[in-house]
Amino acid sequence: MSNVYVIGGGESKYGELWDRSLREIAVEAGLKAVENAGIRTKDLNAIYMGNSLGGLISKQEHLSALMSDYAGIASEHVPSMRIEASTASGGAAFRQAYLSIKSGEHDVVMVGGVEKMTELYGTEIIDITSSLVDREWEAFNGATPAAVAALSARKYMRDFNVKKEALAAISVNDHANASLNENAQYRNKITIEQALSATPIAEPLNLMDCAPMTDGATSVILASEKYLKEHGTKGVRIMGSAISQGPFALHSRKSFYTVEPTIISTKKAMEQANIKHKDISFVEIHDSYSIYGLMALEDLGFVEKGHASEMVENGIGINSNLPVNPSGGLKAKGFPYGAAGVSQIYETYLQLSGKAGKRQIKDATCGLVHNMAGSGAASVVHILGVD
Amino acid sequence: MSGIVSYGSYIPRYRIKPEEIARVWGVDPETIRNGIFILSKSVPSPDEDVATISVESARNALRRGGLKGKAIEAIYVGSESHPYAVKPTATIVSAAIGTEFSTFAADYEFACKAGTAGMQNVLGMTNSGIIKTGMAIGSDTSQGAPGDVLEYSASAGGTAMIIGRENVAAEIKSTLSVTSDTPDFWRREGQPYPTHGERFTGEPAYFRHITTASKMMMERMGTKPEDYDYVVFHQPNGKFPTRAAKMLGFSEKQYNEGLLTPYIGNTYSGSMMMGLSAILDVSKGGDRILAVSFGSGAGSDAFHIEVTDEIEKLHDRKVITVRDMLKDVKFLDYAIYAKFKRKIVFGEEIE
Amino acid sequence: MGELSRMWREMPSRYRMQGDRCGNCDQVYFPPREICPVCHRDSIGKMKDVDIDGAGEILSFTVVHEAPPAFLRQKPYIIALVKLKEGPVITGQIVDTLPEEIDIGTKVRSVFRKISEDGKSGVIHYGYKFVPE
Ligand SMILES: [Zn+2]
Repeated sequence: MSNVYVIGGGESKYGELWDRSLREIAVEAGLKAVENAGIRTKDLNAIYMGNSLGGLISKQEHLSALMSDYAGIASEHVPSMRIEASTASGGAAFRQAYLSIKSGEHDVVMVGGVEKMTELYGTEIIDITSSLVDREWEAFNGATPAAVAALSARKYMRDFNVKKEALAAISVNDHANASLNENAQYRNKITIEQALSATPIAEPLNLMDCAPMTDGATSVILASEKYLKEHGTKGVRIMGSAISQGPFALHSRKSFYTVEPTIISTKKAMEQANIKHKDISFVEIHDSYSIYGLMALEDLGFVEKGHASEMVENGIGINSNLPVNPSGGLKAKGFPYGAAGVSQIYETYLQLSGKAGKRQIKDATCGLVHNMAGSGAASVVHILGVD
Repeated sequence: MSGIVSYGSYIPRYRIKPEEIARVWGVDPETIRNGIFILSKSVPSPDEDVATISVESARNALRRGGLKGKAIEAIYVGSESHPYAVKPTATIVSAAIGTEFSTFAADYEFACKAGTAGMQNVLGMTNSGIIKTGMAIGSDTSQGAPGDVLEYSASAGGTAMIIGRENVAAEIKSTLSVTSDTPDFWRREGQPYPTHGERFTGEPAYFRHITTASKMMMERMGTKPEDYDYVVFHQPNGKFPTRAAKMLGFSEKQYNEGLLTPYIGNTYSGSMMMGLSAILDVSKGGDRILAVSFGSGAGSDAFHIEVTDEIEKLHDRKVITVRDMLKDVKFLDYAIYAKFKRKIVFGEEIE
Repeated sequence: MGELSRMWREMPSRYRMQGDRCGNCDQVYFPPREICPVCHRDSIGKMKDVDIDGAGEILSFTVVHEAPPAFLRQKPYIIALVKLKEGPVITGQIVDTLPEEIDIGTKVRSVFRKISEDGKSGVIHYGYKFVPE
């Protein structure tokens, strides 16, 4: 089967894009990616769009077709579809694109991720985002995504005697890295003290533990080995790809701070890539809430359960042993739900092709990308590397 | 003979003191405390209404009786604050306790005696053999207009009486009612707060109906006040029931056990039934109880009740009593009370 | 407007905590499940209604300050993971108490409360919440 490569990408600014529409930012990212990859739209065999909440926020479904049309390529009749897996929609769409090339069916595929989250005023958006937890048995009773994350956080902090500072360190690192990313939503550095004293959202989590509402779109272009050879194109190879799921609601899980789908996907992806943890140069992790950042570092296998705080204390910055979220992460680059997974892939592509500018990690050869659905009902793990 | 097979009450945990209400309206709290003898009143949580209070009362009654919901063949809920104008509270209770599909049900309204009207209805059905066991609930989350004297007393609570023919813990030997068109207190359709006739609510309304019904019952049963171990009347405040008792010749010993308004306020449809519930909590086989409700508009329902030895079994099940619910309460200030009672206007579309 | 049948069909579980017991392995499930995740096809047709008592223990809790529209009047409110006597863990509100009065390990029991309303003219949704024992 063919090796699959990421050969380019592009994105919109991340943030509160009041004057830009859902279709505009999706098209912007797509066209930038096409240009960046040095292909023509007519080369595309398929488009997969990752999007989570378009139907609820913008009351617009079938975004893949809408985006193709407004990219001006309706006449090219490119097969396109939207992939939905909650906040892992981006990662899931990327994996579908990867599989379609791996299988030999396609040679050049676009993956788009888009979310427009600032369209509504008031607290309606909290109800809408609560669709990523169990509507009947969590959200109905007043549990929000932040509340569910907070339930994990309190139990984790109690069982392992972890202080709030460890959670704050995840957000502080995101902000430090985002200050070097021109497209990031929050480019201000924050201190641990600032992170600890923010407004409570769902105790023990406060505003600085929670990724923001973000408008944003990112696209990447994938191509087959054959295409790369024929066109002399360079790319970053997808070494491993896995998705797995587990119990939907937090209350159905054996552990309230272990995401089994992350453990299983990581194991599979690393076996495919045939690498060890020490081979990984950096990670992009799904830290929609700071606690999920700590949990991810453990479930990804970088540190024992309950010990992520020690790892975080020793440093996870761009010059550390294992840089975490060079993009600025979900907390500071921004968290457009369905786009997040594609945004992480794009950052990994930039880092591995030496195009990450001021935040470039030295000698980066292999990156791991972790994109999680909701409170952990599913996780997508990808490993990308330079040949 | 039919009678009370089991009973259960529910009083919300929150309270407000008259001093706190008086502070807001610039009233001397002493005049309230002495005038209507209310030391605190119960306040429902924002998530409590007549349906939830009725269900909690019904569940306490089922637990105390060692019964399942399927044993209940009829449910009547009396209230003047049903959560829906159209859609019965009784259906919600039925679903929550899990009765059979084949169940008699309706909501009643007769100011503060709707619950006892339900008791009479169930009693008639069990005595006539239409059903074996039914439930009557008196429950309210009553409203007093801000600043009105009613605001010091209008409270929340409910009591469920399971009435049947088997394992009767308190026989209802007789019941009677008096009725007249007396406009002492009313609430027009669509109005949030009731209107009352102030001093007119006393003599021609409360006292006339309560004392007449009491005398009629004693005449019918050939009894005198001293033949009763306990007496309980509707309790719109702490003063009226004691005055009525004294007018009829009852002593403090007889009415004290059922007098709850000083601690929880007027629970309206739940009021007399709550007092009866508190009496049953302490009574023993052979005790006689005279229970008389009053509903504005106006009427009274009187019950002559004789407790049997079966009551011990109910006590043995150690279900939460009315006195238990007077302990471990939480006092609110007026601001939180106003939030709880939805006296603070919220944006229209957000609730 | 609001939802009717979706709420109505869940009433037995929301109103009186009706769960399921697997007739094959005896495991109790709440919220109800039509297929036992342990026995898979062996459980099909063998899941039986079971009444949950409502007694349980807090495994974790949070105080929610940022709430969706239906819960604005209640905020801040407590959401907890409650382990029921029968085994299942569920998510629900803890009411009639303050966060400082509860902790992981606090014993609770279920009560029947109003969960939310479809505006001023829509239906009222009832269900279970918990209060400290
Ligand atoms: Zn089973």
